[in-house]
Amino acid sequence: MTIEIIGISVLWLFLFGYVIVASIDFGAGFFNASTIVTKKNHIVNTVIQRYLSPVWEITNVFLVFFFVGMIGFFPKTAYYFGTVLLIPISISIILLALRGSYYAFGTYGTKGHKGYTIMYGVTGVLIPASLSTALIVSQGGFIRETATGGIELDYAALFTSPFAWSIVLLSLVSVLFISASFLAYYSSVAKDQGALTLFRRYTWIWSFPTIITALGIMIELRWHNPDHYQGMLSLWWLFVLSFVCFVWSLWLLKKRSYGWSFIFVVLQFALAFYAYGVSRYPYLLYPNLTIYDSFTNETMAYALITAFIFGFMLLIPSLYLVFKLFIMNKPYIQKG
Amino acid sequence: MESVELSRYLTMLTLSVHVIFATVGVGVPILIAIAHWLGLRNNDEHYILLAKRWARGYVISVAVGVVTGTAIALQLALLWPRFMEFAGQLVALPLFMETFAFFFEAIFLGIYLYTWDRFKNPKHHFYLLIPIVLGSAMSALFITSVNAFMNTPQGFTLVDGQLTNIQPLVAMFTPAMPTKVAHVLTSAYMTSAFILASIAAFHLWKGNRHEYHRKALALTMKVGLIFAIATALVGDLSGKFLAEYQPEKLAAAEWHFETEGEAPLVLYGVLTETNEVKYAIKIPYALSFLVHSNPTGVVTGLNDIPEEYHPPLEIHYFFDIMVTIGVFLPTLALVYWLGLHRNWALIKRRFFRLLLVASGPLAMIAIEAGWWFTEVGRQPWIMRDFMKTAEAATESSHVGIMFIAFAVLYLILMIGTAVVLIRMFKNNPVEKELEKEAIEQRSEAK
Ligand code: HDD
Ligand code: HEM
Ligand code: HEM
Repeated sequence: MTIEIIGISVLWLFLFGYVIVASIDFGAGFFNASTIVTKKNHIVNTVIQRYLSPVWEITNVFLVFFFVGMIGFFPKTAYYFGTVLLIPISISIILLALRGSYYAFGTYGTKGHKGYTIMYGVTGVLIPASLSTALIVSQGGFIRETATGGIELDYAALFTSPFAWSIVLLSLVSVLFISASFLAYYSSVAKDQGALTLFRRYTWIWSFPTIITALGIMIELRWHNPDHYQGMLSLWWLFVLSFVCFVWSLWLLKKRSYGWSFIFVVLQFALAFYAYGVSRYPYLLYPNLTIYDSFTNETMAYALITAFIFGFMLLIPSLYLVFKLFIMNKPYIQKG
Repeated sequence: MESVELSRYLTMLTLSVHVIFATVGVGVPILIAIAHWLGLRNNDEHYILLAKRWARGYVISVAVGVVTGTAIALQLALLWPRFMEFAGQLVALPLFMETFAFFFEAIFLGIYLYTWDRFKNPKHHFYLLIPIVLGSAMSALFITSVNAFMNTPQGFTLVDGQLTNIQPLVAMFTPAMPTKVAHVLTSAYMTSAFILASIAAFHLWKGNRHEYHRKALALTMKVGLIFAIATALVGDLSGKFLAEYQPEKLAAAEWHFETEGEAPLVLYGVLTETNEVKYAIKIPYALSFLVHSNPTGVVTGLNDIPEEYHPPLEIHYFFDIMVTIGVFLPTLALVYWLGLHRNWALIKRRFFRLLLVASGPLAMIAIEAGWWFTEVGRQPWIMRDFMKTAEAATESSHVGIMFIAFAVLYLILMIGTAVVLIRMFKNNPVEKELEKEAIEQRSEAK
């Protein structure tokens, strides 16, 4: 295994962590807001509040880890992605900022203003959409050279690409699916029957659109990026496994085994996420950047990995403490 | 306008907003820890309540610090892609570790906030503050070391545009780093102390006579005094550092043109078209003394430095603002402290209390001025001697519109923070909270 591969694997792990934790968070915000509109808020509010309060910064840190690590291990990405993504990523920052601060204002500051809750819900679905432009652009075909030899984002191509839109769609539905599945489990631990029924239904509702858009993307990739499509075909068994996990999770949901059902949802996404990542090897950005030509020097790479290991040894026990005290602490969850 | 200039303005804007919350984020944990410790030791509910209330306000500030920090971290790559591509190979380590340090702090902060009554031994709850204090100090250390690197880059060799012989630790511990880190830390502690002092002084000024506010004011002013003196001492060392490693910055700040001994310290004043200093206060020998601890020491002047490397001369004013406040605040704190021990009536006067109210905002202005001084004073370099700011900026033509968008965002954040903080403490005044605790304790005793 080369050091480049270790580097990208660590980053991919952070990104996956972010996708899962953030999906739960974004989806929870969305459900919280949409139930205000449908006047079912009293059912889900306590469950969501209990879960969200202690973990929101942790979600944000995963994202920061990912891109700081990206620039650390692959500094050239700063030039390519930094130059072309100014607008989409700035929009994401602004939305993240509004969401994070107004959440804090609403929770730690003044109690329950409807405006905050709605804002929290709306930004929660817009952020995945704007962040996913980074992924879309990395598939190639959306960057063009300027007259002065620089590079810029081809907005016309981006906005008219069905491929781009289907990735946006996938990000939205999978956020709601992952979140509903987790919250169903969480409300079952909290013994909150009303919330449980609701979230179980949401999980069912969002499960099929997730699978259908995912399939759609694979088919479109055939035209958009044939190389990557070939790569995915050669890993077909991983995608099949992912599908099996999906079916299994639904079966477990039916059997009312919510914890396991959520675990299989995570496995489903993990398999697909890694299969997708491996199949695009070695490209970070088609066709300009690979993990090899954008890699930092070896000394820095080893320094980063060392820092990472030590940092992790510090973090694991602290995260365990949070987990014990808040997330999986039955008296705490049920007090709500 | 060029995208370089716009990128500079946007960076300036984001950092100037971030530093407000960053400073509070670094400094306030220490004050919470002191109050909490005093409360436990003396079994004094006032101090415990101080720690509780400060911690509650602190979370709001951390939240805004997190989001503005995320903004600047991403903007570094969005606005300065060439710089990050190049420097990323050299300073990725401290950037990466900053995230870890912050994460560590955030986790324990979350636990501290939600576990006031969950420990059997209240000391254990207090110990949670240790990782918070350490984590925030470490994140300041790491991020400041990146900035130090930009001023005095080292730890690599450049051969035909290729970086070789890279040593991440040498790049982290640059000559600029010790004074910078020390100055940032002491100034953050001092500023946070004065900000909390302002709040207490404000209540006293309004006529509230509660013991709680008196204790808060006495405590914060003492801490403020200690760190204000430390800040000034380290500031002096920073001046000596500049004279040796970035003489152009010091010379520009001091409008010092001729290289000479017995150099005076120039305060205030204006500069004419022909670079003559007018209306300034000149303290004889003071600049030489500042730099060499010797009134005849020779100080490099701007005329010995190629014109194209001259930093903008306006940084003189930023330096003046910082130093003025840096002298005024320890003096104020000293007068208060003496007055407290000798029962001077002066310190209870309304106008004196008004000065105390001003201390927090003044300290924050000094922080801003200090950063503007050091950052503008690095121009035209982004990485001194290796990369010009103009070479580093993005080519994108959309920076202008992003500047407007972020300006609106920061305005919303600042107003939101102010409104929420004010409402949070107004709706829940000290008296009410003390009463509630007393009732709870009585019912527990039964
Ligand atoms: C004086 C100290 C100081 C300085 C100069 C900076 N910061 Fe900062 N930063 C902090 C002190 C701090 C802090 C005190 O650690 C914060 C503020 C609020 C908090 O609690 O953490 C923080 C938060 C914070 C976060 C949020 C952490 C997260 O969500 O994981 C990021 C990403 C950054 N900072 C990044 C930066 C960058 C890239 C800077 C420079 C360009 C920078 N900060 C300057
Ligand atoms: C007598 C008082 C002071 C002196 C002599 C002094 C000196 C200096 C010097 C020389 C620098 C530039 C260092 C560099 O560019 O590397 C600096 C920067 C700075 N100063 Fe001060 N300072 C004083 C007071 C203060 C006060 C009161 C504050 C804020 C509370 C403050 C905050 C800062 C900050 C934030 C910076 C930028 C960070 C840095 O470069 O260290 N200073 N100061
Ligand atoms: C938090 C306190 C800080 C404040 C208030 C601040 C302020 C400023 C200002 C006013 C500028 C514009 C200078 C000009 O264009 O004339 C600037 C530029 C810049 N600063 Fe800072 N700065 C701070 C800390 C830092 C740190 C810690 C870093 C490094 C990690 C940093 C990196 C940069 C970069 C990359 C630029 C743009 C390039 C340049 O103009 O040289 N700053 N900052």
